[in-house]
Order: sequence, then structure tokens, then C-alpha cells
Amino acid sequence: MAETTGSLTRRTFLASTAAAAYGLGGTLPALADVNWKKYAGTKIGVNLIKSPRGDVLQKFEKEFTDLTGIQVSSEQTPEQQQRQKAVIELNSGSPSFDVIHISYHVQKRQFEKANWLADISAFMKNPELTDASLTESDFSQAGLLYAKNPQGQMLSLPFSVDYWMVYWNKDLFAKKGLSYPQTFEDMVKAAEALTDTKEGTYGFVARGLKNANVPVWTSFLLGYGVDPVDANGNLMTDGPEAIEAARLYQRLLTKSAPQGVAGFNWSECQSAFLQGKVGMWLDGVGFAPPLEDPEKSRVVGKVGYGVMPRGPKAQASATFGDGIGVTSASKNKEAAYLYCQWAISKIMGARLLQAGGGVPFRLSILNDPEVRKGVKMPPTWIDAVAESGKISKLGLPVVQPVTEFRDIMGIALTNLLSGGDPAAELKKATEQFKPILERSEKA
Amino acid sequence: MVTIVEQQPSQLTETAPATGARPRSSYWPFVVPAVAVVGSVIIFPWAFTVWMSFHEWMVGGTRRFSGLSNYARLLSDERFLASIGHTFVYTLLAVVLPLIFGTLAALIFNSRLPFRGVLRGLFVMPMMATPVAIALVWTMMFHPQLGVLNYLLSLVGIPPQSWVFNPVTVIPSLVLVETWQWTPLVMLIVLGGLAAIPSEPYESAAIDGANVFQRFRYITLPMVAPFLMVAVIIRTIDALKSFDIIYAITQGGPGTASETINLYLYSVAFAYYDVGYGSAIAVVFFGLVIALSLVMLHLRQKTKWTDIQGGA
Repeated sequence: MAETTGSLTRRTFLASTAAAAYGLGGTLPALADVNWKKYAGTKIGVNLIKSPRGDVLQKFEKEFTDLTGIQVSSEQTPEQQQRQKAVIELNSGSPSFDVIHISYHVQKRQFEKANWLADISAFMKNPELTDASLTESDFSQAGLLYAKNPQGQMLSLPFSVDYWMVYWNKDLFAKKGLSYPQTFEDMVKAAEALTDTKEGTYGFVARGLKNANVPVWTSFLLGYGVDPVDANGNLMTDGPEAIEAARLYQRLLTKSAPQGVAGFNWSECQSAFLQGKVGMWLDGVGFAPPLEDPEKSRVVGKVGYGVMPRGPKAQASATFGDGIGVTSASKNKEAAYLYCQWAISKIMGARLLQAGGGVPFRLSILNDPEVRKGVKMPPTWIDAVAESGKISKLGLPVVQPVTEFRDIMGIALTNLLSGGDPAAELKKATEQFKPILERSEKA
Repeated sequence: MVTIVEQQPSQLTETAPATGARPRSSYWPFVVPAVAVVGSVIIFPWAFTVWMSFHEWMVGGTRRFSGLSNYARLLSDERFLASIGHTFVYTLLAVVLPLIFGTLAALIFNSRLPFRGVLRGLFVMPMMATPVAIALVWTMMFHPQLGVLNYLLSLVGIPPQSWVFNPVTVIPSLVLVETWQWTPLVMLIVLGGLAAIPSEPYESAAIDGANVFQRFRYITLPMVAPFLMVAVIIRTIDALKSFDIIYAITQGGPGTASETINLYLYSVAFAYYDVGYGSAIAVVFFGLVIALSLVMLHLRQKTKWTDIQGGA
């Protein structure tokens, strides 16, 4: 834990990174080859999403300057506004920043098509710029899928991953003599058994608000063995599997969820679960810390952290993530790359994980027993995170108009909560989205 | 007298060269600053928006002239058509309710109440608060399980409501927030109108034996009508462009149940980055606002005191 509080010197940074690399490769890498001071005096701009990830980077920014001599001017902006600002600035051709923090599940395709990110593949192979412990094989599969473009170029470094898991209230389950569900069918049965509207207890909660609700449905869809868009770019959103997944969504959220769930985003779901009146909550792993905070939660010590139950065809955890990359317009690409490398280094990843602010894509951090010891969350949480990583699948299609996809499909899903027919709603939404997707691919 | 007044301008024009006035062309430098400001902040953005609306234009993509295709797309865009309906329902309620409650409040505060000044001060406080802060507080109050509103309903035996979390009740619930915030504005305007009414009509009415309702209906209401019309115009403009409260509380949801034209326009332009189509929506919205403004200006003319007094 000393790592999380003490200031970082060049020596401690190299030592911790060397230890990680040694643990992975069995041989000491030529760390001395990385010339951290080579770009001393350079000034770089960093555009971050307002989040625990951005907070950690800004908090320890001075350590990076001490290590490299590179001056950093960073800015955190709320997610939606950061995306707009980034697009406008990058589109102008002369952005005010060299490093950009991106949400892969929303921006990946857009950034690739517009060529806004620099190819850092060559930097990663350059021992003068890249620590030997930083290899592609150290990233989880989902991370690599997100970071590389279809040509196999590395356009960013995978930063933080968000797997979807099920938070469950062990007390409510015990009162009904239930155990954690292993399949979708069990989950429905448990949710309905736990629901008692007179008592104000509900079996299940998840996002009902349009746009935000789509990952809930895709989480189910992946369990039916289908991705929302197949490898050939065809929409799979109105097929039999999609309809079954929508029926499951409709049943869980209309029969076992609290009143008003159609307007719930993650924060309302979290509030409901924190009160101890909800049996299961399906959402990202990053929302766990408040559940174990006695000042905010009535379920401290009572929360089970479950891996997504198995669907009829597959068991999959919908995965989302952040990356950090160098803009192609940057005049300080090497210095900016050093910042990115520092941001995903072992010590920074450990800080992120231990504070519960995010889960690094790097396996060497996640699997390090020393790092795991410092994690404040219960061991079952980190076990669920690690297990989810093994069944991870991308939670949203990698298409440019992903926001429209989420809005259009999200409206259909919300309509289901007012009694809409899953087949009709999905057909209508798919027909509506199809031309938008085609137009974006042609653009 | 009339003849002299009518002749004055021509006399001035004719005598101008003799008094050493500058030629007409020398006045233009004084107009330039105003023309430059109006041109750059009003006319250019407006013309550019119209120009963009004739293009298929995604941020980060290529621009292509597409004629009226964006406008044609609007006609079959269910989400856009629904947003027009939501905008008008929202605007209607957000104008009428503050108008009714604001007028009632003005009548109460116009009477000789104890602590009238303090109570007036307290009453106008919602108007001074930041909309987004208000929205966050109301979001918590609306929460079906944890919100105070359902708790208050439970005290009088009314079952819990879903408020902004239900497509049916979302717009009335949002209007509740608007009404709470903007009733004081209407109250202040009407209070100004009440203060301007002379006492003689009331004295005459009292001699004629008019009761309270008749005095309100035949004296107060017609006399404050011009002030009410000002309140209607201000509230209509404000409700039509309302964005912050709706976005912060529902983001247009559940589904698209509270998505007004403004919110849809924002999504298209800044979330989907389809600036061409977004511009077409902005142009149509602008046309609707202009049409509504003309109707209101016409009504404003009709409520002038001169009309009430028989066109004097």
C-alpha cells in the first residue's frame, strides 16, 4: 500500500516495473534502455474524461514530470462534453492536446475512421521508448481488440476495463433459501421469488433509461451466442436471439424491478441496491466501491459479486473500456507516448485498482498477489472481475454511429417496459438504424 | 398645428445644406458597429445554419450538397414529429400553470397581509436558483422509492407515483418544476400591473354594488391583461427554449417521452454529429418560433388598454 501514498521517484517506478516484468517474463528487461529524460522540457496537453481514472492521473501527474522532465497540462471534462470537445478540436486539425483519453465502446470506430490517433506500434517496439514489461500479450483480449484498428496497428494503450457482473444481496437470497443463479432461467426464477411489492423488495434492477439500457440487453444477447453486429457488419438486432433477449429484459424489468425503472440509469439502480431492497443488480464492476462504504450503504458485507450467469448458448460478460492514445496531429508524439505508458504502468494501475476506480487491462497488474492484497474491495469482487475477464466479450458493436445505435435500440427497450411487443419494437428499431449504419460506413 | 408638425421634416431636409449638415453618405461609419455586430452574431450564424441544412455533413466526414433531402427526411422522422408535440404540450402547460398560480399569488400579495415584504421575498427565491441545481434536487425528490414526494403522498393515503420515471407522467412532472420556479416571475409582473390600476373604477363598481368576483372579472382582469400578455410572451419564449431542466432530469426519457425539439436537435448535432440534419431541425424550429411570435404579437396588440377604453 505504500505505493499508493508515497511519491514516485524514478528509482521506485523502475523497480516496481522491473519486478512486474520479472514476474511475467522470468528475466530482467533492459530497463535502463528506456530514456525517460530524453524529452525533458517538452510540454504536452492531456485531455481526460472526468472519472476516477482521470482523478488518479491528475493526482500523481507531478510524479510523471519528476520522472521525465515533461511538463503536463491536463484537463478533465465530464464524459459527454469531453467527447464533443475532442471531436470538435480533432476535426479542426490542430487540437490543444497531445494525449486523449477515449471511451472505446463509443469512440473507437469514429477515431479510426477519422485517423485522429497516431500509430504507436513502432513506439512499442522501440526499447528506448518502451519498457520491456509493456507487451501486447500483457493486455486482455478485449483490450487488444479495442486498441488495434482492422489493419492491426496499435492506436492507443488499453487503460481501464469495465466488465459487467451481477451484484447480489446475500441476506435477501438467504431469507428465501436461494443460491446465486447459474443460468438466465435461474436468474428469472430467483428475481421473481425475491420480489414482494408489499414489503417493497424487488428481485432485480438494471438500467431502463434509453441509451443507458442497451448494455443490459446486449449482456443477455451475448448469452444467446449473438453479437449485435456480426463479423460481416450485419445487424443481428431483430433475429430470434435478439427477440428472446428482449423478452428476458422485459420480463425481469416489468415483473421484478422497482417502480419507475424505465427512467433508471446506473445511479438510480445503485441507490435502490444500496437500500438493501433489491436482490440483484446487473451493471459494471466499477460501481462496487459505494456498496462497501458504511456511510453510503445499508448492504456493507452483505453483497455477493457474481459472474454473469450462463445464457442458453454462452456465458459472456459484456465488456467496455477506456484507452489512452496520442493524437496524430501532435508535434510531441514521443513525449505524449511516454505519458500514456506511465498512465497504464503497474504502479498507476495498482493505484486505480486498489482505490476501486477502475480495472486495468494489464493482466500482470490484475494477477499480482501484492497488488491484490492492497485492494480495498472484498476478495470475491476481484475474483468476479478476474472470472469475468475470462468470458469477456465486447458489449457494444464497433460502429461509428454507436450513440444512435444506443438511442434507437434503447427507445425500443424502454417501450417494452410499457408493454411493447419485443419482435415489433426490435424490427422497427433495426429498420430505423440500418440506413444510419449504411450511411456512416459510406461516409 | 398639424400642418406645422407634418412640414417639419421636409423643412429640416431643405434647410440642411444651408446649416452646414454633412452629406447623407457621411453617416454610415456610425452604423457600421451595429451592423457588424448584428451581422456577425445574428445574420451570419443564421445564414450559415440554413446553408448547412442543405448539406449531408457529418463531423469528421465529408460534406456533400444534398438540396432539400434533410427537410424531406424530417417529414418521415417519427422522433422529430413526436418532439414537436412534446414541445407544444410542454410549452402550453409551462405557460398556463405559472400564469394561473402567478396571478393568484399576485392578488394575494397585493392585499394587506402581515409580513407581506418577507413573504414576497421568500416567494421569489425559486426564480433565483440555478436550473441544473434545481433539477438535481427535484430528481431526488421524484425518486419513486427514495423521493420525498411519494412519502408526502403516502401521508395522505395516495399510492406512490412514478413521476418523471413514467412516460405518461413525465411531462406534467417536469412542468411542475417549471411552475415552481417561474410562478414568482408571473407574480412580479402581475403585481406591477395591479399597482398601476387606478382606484376609481373600483369605487364606481362598489357604488354600483359589484361583488368581488365581478370586480375581478370586469375591472382587474381587463386592466392587467396587457401585463399578463407580457408574462405569456416571456414564459412562452422561456418554455420553448427550455433545455437545462429537461436534460438534467430525464435527458428526454423515458424513451423519448419528454424529448422536445431542443433536446432532439442537441442529440442530432452534438451526439450523432450530424450537423447537416441538425441544422435543418434548427431552421424548422426557428420557423415555428417566428410563427408563434407573430401570433403573440398580434394578441399583444389586442390587449392594449386603448382597446379596453374604446380605442381612445
